[in-house]
Amino acid sequence: MSKSETPKLDELEKGRWPSFVKEIKRAGKRNAGARDLLGQLELSYQDKIPHWKHGGVVGVKGYGGGVIGRYSDSPDRFPNVAAFHTIRVNMPSGWFYTTESLRKICDIWEKHGSGLTNFHGSTGDIILLGARTESIQPCFDELVDEAGFDLGGSSSVLRTPSACVGPARCEYACVDSLDICNDFTQTFQNYIHRPHWAYKFKIKISGCPNDCVASIARADLAVIGTWRDALRIDQAGVRAYVDRGMDIEKEIVRQCPTEALEWDAKGGTLSLKAEECVKCMHCINRMPKALRPGKDKAATILIGGKGPMVRGARLGWVLIPFMKMEPPYTEIKALLENIWDWWDEHAHTRERVAELIERLGLRAFLKAVGLPAIPEMVLEPRSNAFIYF
Amino acid sequence: MAKKTDIGPPDFRKMLPPVIKSNYGTWKYHEILKPGLLKHVGESGDVLYTVRAGSPRLLDVDTVRDICAIADKYCDGYLRFTSRYNIEFLLTDERKIEPLIKDVQELGFPVGGTGTCLTNITHTQGWIHCHTPATDGSGVVKAIMDELYDYFVTPKLPAKIRISLACCGNMCGPIYCSDIALVGIHTKPPTRIDDKNFSKWCEVPTTLASCPTGAIKRNPETNSVRIQEEKCMYCGNCYTVCPALPIADAEHDGVAIFVGGKVSNSRTRPRLSKLAVPWLPNNPPRWPEVVGAVKNILEVYAEHARKGERVGDWIERVTWPTFFKLTGIPFTDQHIDDFTNAILTYRTTTQIKS
Repeated sequence: MSKSETPKLDELEKGRWPSFVKEIKRAGKRNAGARDLLGQLELSYQDKIPHWKHGGVVGVKGYGGGVIGRYSDSPDRFPNVAAFHTIRVNMPSGWFYTTESLRKICDIWEKHGSGLTNFHGSTGDIILLGARTESIQPCFDELVDEAGFDLGGSSSVLRTPSACVGPARCEYACVDSLDICNDFTQTFQNYIHRPHWAYKFKIKISGCPNDCVASIARADLAVIGTWRDALRIDQAGVRAYVDRGMDIEKEIVRQCPTEALEWDAKGGTLSLKAEECVKCMHCINRMPKALRPGKDKAATILIGGKGPMVRGARLGWVLIPFMKMEPPYTEIKALLENIWDWWDEHAHTRERVAELIERLGLRAFLKAVGLPAIPEMVLEPRSNAFIYF
Repeated sequence: MAKKTDIGPPDFRKMLPPVIKSNYGTWKYHEILKPGLLKHVGESGDVLYTVRAGSPRLLDVDTVRDICAIADKYCDGYLRFTSRYNIEFLLTDERKIEPLIKDVQELGFPVGGTGTCLTNITHTQGWIHCHTPATDGSGVVKAIMDELYDYFVTPKLPAKIRISLACCGNMCGPIYCSDIALVGIHTKPPTRIDDKNFSKWCEVPTTLASCPTGAIKRNPETNSVRIQEEKCMYCGNCYTVCPALPIADAEHDGVAIFVGGKVSNSRTRPRLSKLAVPWLPNNPPRWPEVVGAVKNILEVYAEHARKGERVGDWIERVTWPTFFKLTGIPFTDQHIDDFTNAILTYRTTTQIKS
């Protein structure tokens, strides 16, 4: 019996969690690129460094993004991954699929590439991992013409917007996150496919303040559903939780960040001081069969969420506490264009909008995009007297 | 060439099963019947069941076809994925749930990841497909999830927990708001400058501007740049813009662990994760030091946190010195911030536990 050429990776075929090594080997039965990928990865496992070079410029006709060039630094040993590019395919909002649509993607990808995929990449796209340079255009053509899919964003573009499951399967959804995501994606195709800016811009839409797509952390512009009337209480439902052993005083009432809830144990009634509620979702999360968001629903809009490069990670800052979100979303789209104009005008290379706001000040930003300063934008007012007048 | 361009993704409405179409926006409540099994009930009285299964994210097309075959057999050909790579099978016939779960498990995919179960670890490409990583993605995650498997299939944590991994500071998979965040880090400056190729591959102004600490200077002698080593904190941003500044280092690259971040607004504000462990070695294929450290943090948290308390909420309540005492993680001067928000993190109160 011949000795395995990938002893370190073979170890990761063991264990109870599903194995990515098994997936690469499965693709390797058909595809030489997948076999060389495994070989090169084993080399990385031995010498503990990556073996990919900086991506070169590759793409499809008419687009400036959507494909990420990837070349091996050891093409002599692994010729089938000498060029092994990534294609980002824009997913449907909410990552819903019919098996028919997935099979079409699989058939096209098996024909033109390694057969390896990610469901999904970090921004939300379907990732097709490992295409030769000459395969990219025909693969794209078939994805568009036969499967009805298009490329997502890469480089200094509007990255593929993404959304939580929203009203499709969540009673918490205060805005139609899926429709907003689909509408923005279709409206801004040009910004997604052709680099316009100094760096990337991300939009994410969450249906409620639980923020299941991490928009506050990840999106330059975050849309997070909320409400402004009283949350809805089904008293019988509340009593059912108490009857099943919930310590409502300890787990719900005392956990409310603004002391907006009161529990009358004798009467079996939970009451809410609606004007005190900050719509944090805690009580609703704990009692989904008894509590629901109110009916006057809209979104909070935040600006500036981003990762650590270059000046540190930032959470999004509130711009608009409560904006109604009805198609065709004219108001928010106009705001986006204003933001992009200002950012495009002033940003240095690789400067996200949050970093530009830090450099030039939130006051300058607000003036440029035409928004009034309101107390909801800050955690607290300034504590120094060095004020520009 | 494609007949049309800029068609965008297919409309999600074409991908929704009939029960979702008819109850869209009118769901009333949900409950978790058991790990990996959700029940949603609409105002109409309609019921939708969701079976959630963990996946390794990297899937061969034949495995995708296997998943499709299950969705065809039980779910009329509809399925979805979560933002954390879990596969969700959507069905209405209660009798089909158990046979579906059996088929999913036979495919090798665990059913779970809901509520107070541990869910899937989001991660980046790592050595599989990236040029900047300081550690691998899939391998570290596989090693951790093998060890923490029981937490995925059993709801035994105080609250929901999000573990994430980014294989370098670029964080193309953002991790900085996770309960437990792992990030590949470099610990040596990029001093092996490829002077010969610098002018071919890189631009001086872009390279200088890429450095957050101003550690890169022009070097007229070599017609390239030099690194002021004492200023460099090894973020690797320069390598991203200039391939002539390689920074990967087999012995000194490793993994840092941050804790206590979250994105949800529930109870407390969303917050960034904070440093717990500055560096652990890359030790493939199973990264035992990293796996051990994650397990330790998770188990100390599970033992001490109150019901409903996220990792960051727990630490906030017991305070950071107690976190370091309980976990046995040594506090070092590396834990003290010296980057852009440093002074906001120094203690300005005498309220200290003894």
